[in-house]
Amino acid sequence: MKKIREIVYTAEAVDVIVIGGGHAGCEAALAAARMGCAVSLLAINLDSIAMMPCNPNIGGTSKGHLVREIDALGGEMAKNIDKTYIQSRMLNTGKGPAVHSLRAQADKHRYSQEMKKTLENTPGLRIMQSEVVDIAVDDGAVVGVMSASGALHPCKALVMATGTYLGGRCIWGEVSVNSGPNGLAAATQLKDSLDHLGITMHRFKTGTPARLDASSVDFSKMIEQRGDDEITPFSFENSREDIDRPQISCYLTHTNERTHEVIRANLQRSPMYSGEIEGTATRYCPSIEDKVVRFAEKTSHQVFVEPEGENTNELYVSGMSTSLPEDVQIAMYRTVPGLENCRIVRFGYAIEYDCVDATQLLPTLEFKTISGFFSAGQFNGTSGYEEAAAQGLIAGINAAAKILDKPPLTIDRSEGYIGVLIDDLVTKGSNEPYRMMTSRAEYRLLLRQDNADLRLTEKGYGYLISDERHQKTIEKKRYITDEINRLSKTIVAPTEKVNLLLKQHDSSEITSGMKLVELIKRPELTYDLLVDVDTNRPTLPKDVAEQVNIAIKYEGYIKRQMLHVEQFKKLENRKLPQDLDYSTISNLRLEARQKLNAIKPLNIGQASRITGVNPADISNLLVYMERRKHMERGTE
Amino acid sequence: MEDTIVGISAPVGGPISIIRMSGHDGLSILKKIFTWKDKQNPKSHRIYHGWVVYEGEKVDEVLVSVMLAPKTFTREDVVEINCHGGALVAQKILLLLVKHGARLAEPGEFTKRAFLNGRIDLSQAEAVMDIINAKSDLSHKSALNQLQGRLGLLLNASCEALLVLLARIEMAIDYPEHEEADIMAHEIKLKLVDILADLERLLASANSGKIIREGIKTAIIGEPNVGKSSLLNALAGEDRAIVTHVPGTTRDVLREAIKAGDVFLEISDTAGIRDTDDVVESEGVVRSFKESQRADLVLLVFDGSKAVTQEQISKFQHEGWEKVLVIVNKSDLPSKVDKDLLKNTFGEASVIEISAKNYIGIDALCHKIQNMFLKGEIEYGGDLVTNARHISLISNAKDSLVNAMSAIGDGLHIDFIAIDIQAAYATLGEITGIVVTDELIDKIFSEFCLGK
Repeated sequence: MKKIREIVYTAEAVDVIVIGGGHAGCEAALAAARMGCAVSLLAINLDSIAMMPCNPNIGGTSKGHLVREIDALGGEMAKNIDKTYIQSRMLNTGKGPAVHSLRAQADKHRYSQEMKKTLENTPGLRIMQSEVVDIAVDDGAVVGVMSASGALHPCKALVMATGTYLGGRCIWGEVSVNSGPNGLAAATQLKDSLDHLGITMHRFKTGTPARLDASSVDFSKMIEQRGDDEITPFSFENSREDIDRPQISCYLTHTNERTHEVIRANLQRSPMYSGEIEGTATRYCPSIEDKVVRFAEKTSHQVFVEPEGENTNELYVSGMSTSLPEDVQIAMYRTVPGLENCRIVRFGYAIEYDCVDATQLLPTLEFKTISGFFSAGQFNGTSGYEEAAAQGLIAGINAAAKILDKPPLTIDRSEGYIGVLIDDLVTKGSNEPYRMMTSRAEYRLLLRQDNADLRLTEKGYGYLISDERHQKTIEKKRYITDEINRLSKTIVAPTEKVNLLLKQHDSSEITSGMKLVELIKRPELTYDLLVDVDTNRPTLPKDVAEQVNIAIKYEGYIKRQMLHVEQFKKLENRKLPQDLDYSTISNLRLEARQKLNAIKPLNIGQASRITGVNPADISNLLVYMERRKHMERGTE
Repeated sequence: MEDTIVGISAPVGGPISIIRMSGHDGLSILKKIFTWKDKQNPKSHRIYHGWVVYEGEKVDEVLVSVMLAPKTFTREDVVEINCHGGALVAQKILLLLVKHGARLAEPGEFTKRAFLNGRIDLSQAEAVMDIINAKSDLSHKSALNQLQGRLGLLLNASCEALLVLLARIEMAIDYPEHEEADIMAHEIKLKLVDILADLERLLASANSGKIIREGIKTAIIGEPNVGKSSLLNALAGEDRAIVTHVPGTTRDVLREAIKAGDVFLEISDTAGIRDTDDVVESEGVVRSFKESQRADLVLLVFDGSKAVTQEQISKFQHEGWEKVLVIVNKSDLPSKVDKDLLKNTFGEASVIEISAKNYIGIDALCHKIQNMFLKGEIEYGGDLVTNARHISLISNAKDSLVNAMSAIGDGLHIDFIAIDIQAAYATLGEITGIVVTDELIDKIFSEFCLGK
């Protein structure tokens, strides 16, 4: 391999180059182009734009929240899944509104096609099939990239979104091939360039199950899983009527002891246990062989069989990801009820890839050491399409903002799941592929999927949010406030009609006048249920009514979390200078000095969340900062 | 403006403990517990002699240095209380100051303030941070010491139970389609009841700890010549010698601590009891009545050999006593008192017959007192929650769990219930040093088989 490449020709200069056309790359390229930048998206294979190499769905718990937030900030993922879903479900409706989670099955191929079409039709954005092998940095700033064929692409900013392609290696059984996902070519040379730039890398591993031919599967032996009768769109800009369409079912079946026997008998042939795989696996997506080993006492595991699209027979076998040899895979899947005669069309495999230690990044997703160099997605050590897209959006917005001289856009932990995700990555890093979970969000009650627009759309104004959408959000907020005010003042009399209604809903009758807000707070009542006794109620959109109901019903809890947010913001607002050399603060413990120097936290709040920095260190840091202030004052 | 902080600055256990207070409200807080001659206009950098008094009761004889800002270590108003040795007295005074508005200082906080207020210079400032480190290590160690033994076991068990419960709930939220995902509110409730009981037991041990350390404040009340001093003598008699004297009160025995079974009775104004028994004097009765208002326990003594009228009994009713035992003395003489009347008035179980002169019924009385104050099984030997910070954290955690229970009662969803459970866990984590999120996610994935 040639280390120093010759420039064969210089391609057209652009503002932003995006490497990779996956979920992160697409959002990044669209965001930068929509903000007015000239953008080139370079991908190894343009047929794999927005490909879903693993599960055929978007959303789910916490991931659905991310997609709604992406939409609230003007990203594309929500709109694209709304165009291409084949089944939609709101999960967790038996629980509180904060954890209601939207998930849609996608038609994989159409998802990819529609996204490609959107990229192609976005002014200022061009896509190009090309493998990037080198990053050109001059004076600490990115100036361009070089393709394998010797084309130099000059640029002002770069977004790295290589997913699992960088140094990709697929392994199943005794087979191991250097390859990206799904048999696509891997990016084999770029890592040298990153090493040369002094970037610290990790090697992670993930995997996928086999795909089966639907004509070989007996669905009558499985339990049908239908979509919701009344679906909810992902995008705040779509209504149900816009996107309603017939849905396709998924199916539930189970592994059994026979399945587990096949696995146990062949464990020595599994690359996970033979030592063939070096990358760190995630606990969040264990293979079926992992499950059988780690939870040996379980005699059965759930298996969801999901169609990959309307125009294909391929089925995804959720819950049975594997890297066992092909003959073992055939035997194993055929032990599962409904799959006795299944034919595998693609075998399951594990994939190892190179990714970056995300603590080298700022919350804008720019590398601290290289100006204009951004990175997003699986390359940052996450797993999941939604996590990737969320980062791509933020990286793309900030790459463009840097070029356009706009302030950077960052989301904090109290504003969105995107904030939690990025703060976790850049502050704590990850030792395994990182998955979003609702348990990671400390202000979960405030970060609901239903209010992502109210939380973020105003923040996105000036980046991807239009005047019109901005105004609409402000208006929606006003409707909500006005209606809550009206309900706090409206008193219903203890009339026969009122008490009849209360009785119908097993609510205790009233003997004197009562404010409507008080009635709505009753667990058995809602805003909607009281419409008949609320004579002056204005006609409000459904989403406004929903917000009014939630704000009133859960007022106490919401207020409590808002108090916590206030405390949180205080520490976030105590800024730390980026040029601070923590190794000179001799009173910090050695570990704290090293960690603080590596992370260079932006504020005391972030510093306090670094693993290995304890409250005494924070106390010392505050004293040190105070001392600095005294000194500065003294020299003035 | 900074709040007022307080801490014990010289090591507890020496002959003298120094309690130091710094901050704007230091002087006004002091005035609430300290009586001395120049109370109205204390001068700076003077030492005053006087008594720490709480609710009219003398706690300790002390020397107090008053140093007004800015010529002090912290450049704030500083008050130092030199009290007599013994951790109990020092801690008692400390808690009194906290009760009146001071906050317990963090490790190194006095030094930190000294620096932040420009009292010490740059080179000294470097040392400040060493002190913070050293002290936080020290407090960490001492916290660890306190967490060893049964208290640590109990606390860790409660934490673990909360964590398992939380993992269960969070799994149900993040993996709603998982077969083990269904968790019913009543299952959560059952678990919470157990954990709450454990925390309550810990807090009860804190109360018992207080009772064991400080004794039960006891007042002996009754008409002249009913046998109050005989009762005192019987309680403190021969094999129940007077066990301790309050330190520093050598001139006059104000209080006697008498061991009654496993508890101490701290009998107030014993001199008064003896006096009024000898001399029929109404002033003494008035004094002991006043004393009884502050007592944990009132022993109301009647002479069983004399008739007692409704009118005489009425005098002792509605005194607002916390706990009262009616002692019918002189059971060796023919009974003339209307015991039913006493039982009807004070409750059947509160009436006990003794003969102080002949030591009859004294053991039963001690046993009864012990049962009144030490409920359940209390083990001795340092397993009690005695640290003020721990008590308040456990109590806060308990409150959070009570909120969780009422959320269940209100029919709220499990993710709301989780908020309070998580708060409780985080609060206990401040004692055990555990961070919620990391532990929780580890727990979820070690307990349940999850993932696509």
